[in-house]
Amino acid sequence: MKHSFIDQYSDLDSLIHRLDPRTKFIASLAFVMVLTPIRNCQAFAFYFGLIATLLIISRLPPLYVLKRSLLIFPFVLLIAIFIPFFKPGEVAGSYNIWLWQVSVTYDGLLVLANVVIKAWLCILSLILLSATTKFADLLRGLKQLGIPKVIILILSFMYRYIFVLVDEVMRMRRARDSRNFGGGRLRQLRTLGNMLGTLFIRSYERGERVYAAMLARGFDGEVRSLHQLNFKRIDAYFGVTFGLVLLSSGILFW
Amino acid sequence: MDKVIEIKNLSFFYPDGHQGLQNINLAVYPGENVAVIGPNGAGKSTLLLHLNGILRGNSMVKIFGLPVEERNLKEIRRKVGLVFQDPEDQLFSLTVFDDVAFGPLNMGYSELEIKQRVKQALKWVGMTGYEQRSPHHLSIGEKKRIAIATVLSLSPELLILDEPTSNLDPKSKWALIELLRQLPMTKIVAAHDLELVKALCQRAVVLDEGEIVTDGSTERILNDISLLRAHGLAPEKKMAQAPG
Repeated sequence: MKHSFIDQYSDLDSLIHRLDPRTKFIASLAFVMVLTPIRNCQAFAFYFGLIATLLIISRLPPLYVLKRSLLIFPFVLLIAIFIPFFKPGEVAGSYNIWLWQVSVTYDGLLVLANVVIKAWLCILSLILLSATTKFADLLRGLKQLGIPKVIILILSFMYRYIFVLVDEVMRMRRARDSRNFGGGRLRQLRTLGNMLGTLFIRSYERGERVYAAMLARGFDGEVRSLHQLNFKRIDAYFGVTFGLVLLSSGILFW
Repeated sequence: MDKVIEIKNLSFFYPDGHQGLQNINLAVYPGENVAVIGPNGAGKSTLLLHLNGILRGNSMVKIFGLPVEERNLKEIRRKVGLVFQDPEDQLFSLTVFDDVAFGPLNMGYSELEIKQRVKQALKWVGMTGYEQRSPHHLSIGEKKRIAIATVLSLSPELLILDEPTSNLDPKSKWALIELLRQLPMTKIVAAHDLELVKALCQRAVVLDEGEIVTDGSTERILNDISLLRAHGLAPEKKMAQAPG
């Protein structure tokens, strides 16, 4: 079965694609950090302009970027949605929900808007990073930045096998649906439980087979790697330019 | 002549007490292509896993004269290339290059040599140019080939294949058999695909319930219908043509 990978547009060619993964990673991190203390509208417009420019340079399809960002958005909303209820200040409206009286404040709404916009800008920058970098390259970059090898290995296995597992779940679901003739909710829950258990056991067994395959090729617990990434001149240009833009904007807006 | 494989009185019990192998005796000489045939659950894969020390039974297994022991494992695993049945297990890296380079990297070869070995291995299996592809996006036939390349990059002297043609359509299957025929090293092939056995191996070993039942020329064994029938390798009775 075919799945869309988070790096499905990493084969395009653009200035952003050609950058070293480490440059992109550090730039994204810097972007998020500079964005954190911001609270005025002009600044948000400026940073949106900045990230939009980079997205245009990267030639990612705009609709794809928009869809991706909306996909992650519910998670942000789920956390942020409670802010207006807890922030003290001038009350904008109050509601009776069953036994509780809850009120929303103007200050709270402002903070909510602030958090939501920031989160969206950060998500955009992460989409830019993940969609223009091959996952293997990103991991290589992270490794060279000093992230422990074990974590890199775990992430790499996760990315390699997640869709193998998804396929397995889809096959199990089909097998269930083709034999499912109704039954109560309790029975369906039991089936679901069995499926989860089966999936766990299968993954565990696959893990053992993969490990055997690693041993068979001389794996002795030491994670070795070959590729060394090299910064190019373009990384220096981009790094310096982007750094200066962030710095001056920071001075301007803080 | 030096024996590639020498197994004496090997028995193996699974952790749950279930017997996997019983009193196996086997000798394989350089250049032989030996098929290990038998029904599902006969212990074929278990036997293969003993040939590079992933499983170790109660008895003496010698590979190229080296006893399969902790101190010889690295040397043995360099000389023995084991290709697993499911390429999804064999190909665990994010790119084809990383997978093919995994063995040589663990052996500590230089960067230049690793790159040459990867290139050569991919050329052998006809997959030049696939270095940066992700294994998940390949077809099953392509995955099988890459899986073979991942052990060829160690230039093994003994190639062990577990059901190499399973899940392949006839065209990919025959292309793979042709590829295997061209590889010069000693080969052990576990299979219940008798077409593959016939095309590739001169010698066959029949394994059933963890025991070696017969060891002899492929021609003799494949023509002995009652033997095949007794060990689940041929239909019970002479089957009529499909109805209609």
